Amino acid sequence: MRVAIIDYGSGNLRSATKAFERAAREASIEAEIDLTDRPERVASADRVVLPGVGAYADCRRGLDAAGGMTEALREAIELGGRPFLGICVGMQLMSSRGLEKTVTAGLDWIPGDVVPMQPGDPALKIPQIGWNTLTLHREHPLFSGIPTGDGGLHAYFVHSYHLQAENPDDVVATVDYGGPTTAFVARDNKAGAQFHPEKSQMLGLALITNFLRWKP
Amino acid sequence: MTLKARVIPCLDVKDGRVVKGVSFVNLVDAGDPVESAKAYDAAGADELCFLDITASSDNRDTIFDVVARTAEHCFMPLTVGGGVRAIADIRKLLLAGADKVSINSAAVKDPDFVAEAADKFGNQCIVVSIDSKKVSKEGEEDRWEIFTHGGRQATGIDAVAFAEKMVERGAGELLLTSMDRDGQKGGYDIALTRTIADRVPVPVIASGGVGNLDHLVEGIRDGHATAVLAASIFHFGTYTVGEAKRYMADHGIAMRLD
Repeated sequence: MRVAIIDYGSGNLRSATKAFERAAREASIEAEIDLTDRPERVASADRVVLPGVGAYADCRRGLDAAGGMTEALREAIELGGRPFLGICVGMQLMSSRGLEKTVTAGLDWIPGDVVPMQPGDPALKIPQIGWNTLTLHREHPLFSGIPTGDGGLHAYFVHSYHLQAENPDDVVATVDYGGPTTAFVARDNKAGAQFHPEKSQMLGLALITNFLRWKP
Repeated sequence: MTLKARVIPCLDVKDGRVVKGVSFVNLVDAGDPVESAKAYDAAGADELCFLDITASSDNRDTIFDVVARTAEHCFMPLTVGGGVRAIADIRKLLLAGADKVSINSAAVKDPDFVAEAADKFGNQCIVVSIDSKKVSKEGEEDRWEIFTHGGRQATGIDAVAFAEKMVERGAGELLLTSMDRDGQKGGYDIALTRTIADRVPVPVIASGGVGNLDHLVEGIRDGHATAVLAASIFHFGTYTVGEAKRYMADHGIAMRLD
């Protein structure tokens, strides 16, 4: 199996690559982790990961600048039905629109807008930086065997915006940051984490392993 | 369920090796940064910070190798600072495997550099590191001033006003180091930490002066920081990161104990 991690000039991709390699190795899954900026490698991959840090509009621009990458994603994911995982801004790009700085169109896989977080408690800082637990709203194969809730494992977040999904069923998990904040979305063969699985130690490695085994 | 306070061990790195200065002088060579990073990762550190303290002179590229080797082995968030002066420096550190980059003297010299960096890479990965000393006299209202060059050079810039300005320019987090306290083991400058933490909307990391675990508790509870940074208490094995986190949890602070 070949897992394409899309390299479109967005931040720290080494950790993501290393985390996927480690998860595959520890679970004895035969997987080639292919960090690539070539659309044809993405179009033909067995699984696709879209990382992303920075601003929504910049990431969208980066994706569009990698000639044919958006089309490759549509081919592999929308037509091919292969498993997709978006991470942080990569997850936010699954939305219809991003409202950070300017209005930017997303991939429109999860209807909804990416909006500024407005925690109910004014003492809470923006960005949310650090470790928080998750509230699971429905079962999902990527959370198989992962303890969530108050006594559950922690995920590492760094974000100022979150995806406000129109369809509550698309929201698999939320994080409490002065109110429920979208932490994980999924629909069909597409999933996205607002937190960083590649930085989230036990929870992260378990989730990545589940992704490598996922048969949506 | 709530966001947990973070404990961040900091490794001062010089020529690719770990050192810890007492108020930034008398450096003692104390190990390989990658080995230390692995040990802190295993011990449950919430984040790790590398400060390259000789980045301004020779052997600048050693830090990229240290960061890259650390990212190979550790799956914990990594902040790297020291000698960050250009957009190209930030890009190189992020590509090597840093998650956040801290900007110090370049922010003092040119605040617009922070704006440019935040625009390019997002506020969330730009930490502004503020070194200050208390300059008010006994009986006067508290006042702190920014110092550069390892605390030797006064700038005349008010630390609180500077902190607010950095956030306006796009800093996603502030790392506040009290140069009076650094290496003294008498605890953070709580008044400084709280004054700034209460004024800015972004997270504040308290730094400089930790000598015992109560100081970590005070940084969060009294200083209103969201993270506490310490070096020598962990580095010389006085306390483990695990002990620190359990102690903080026992004192009512929400911690990640996975």
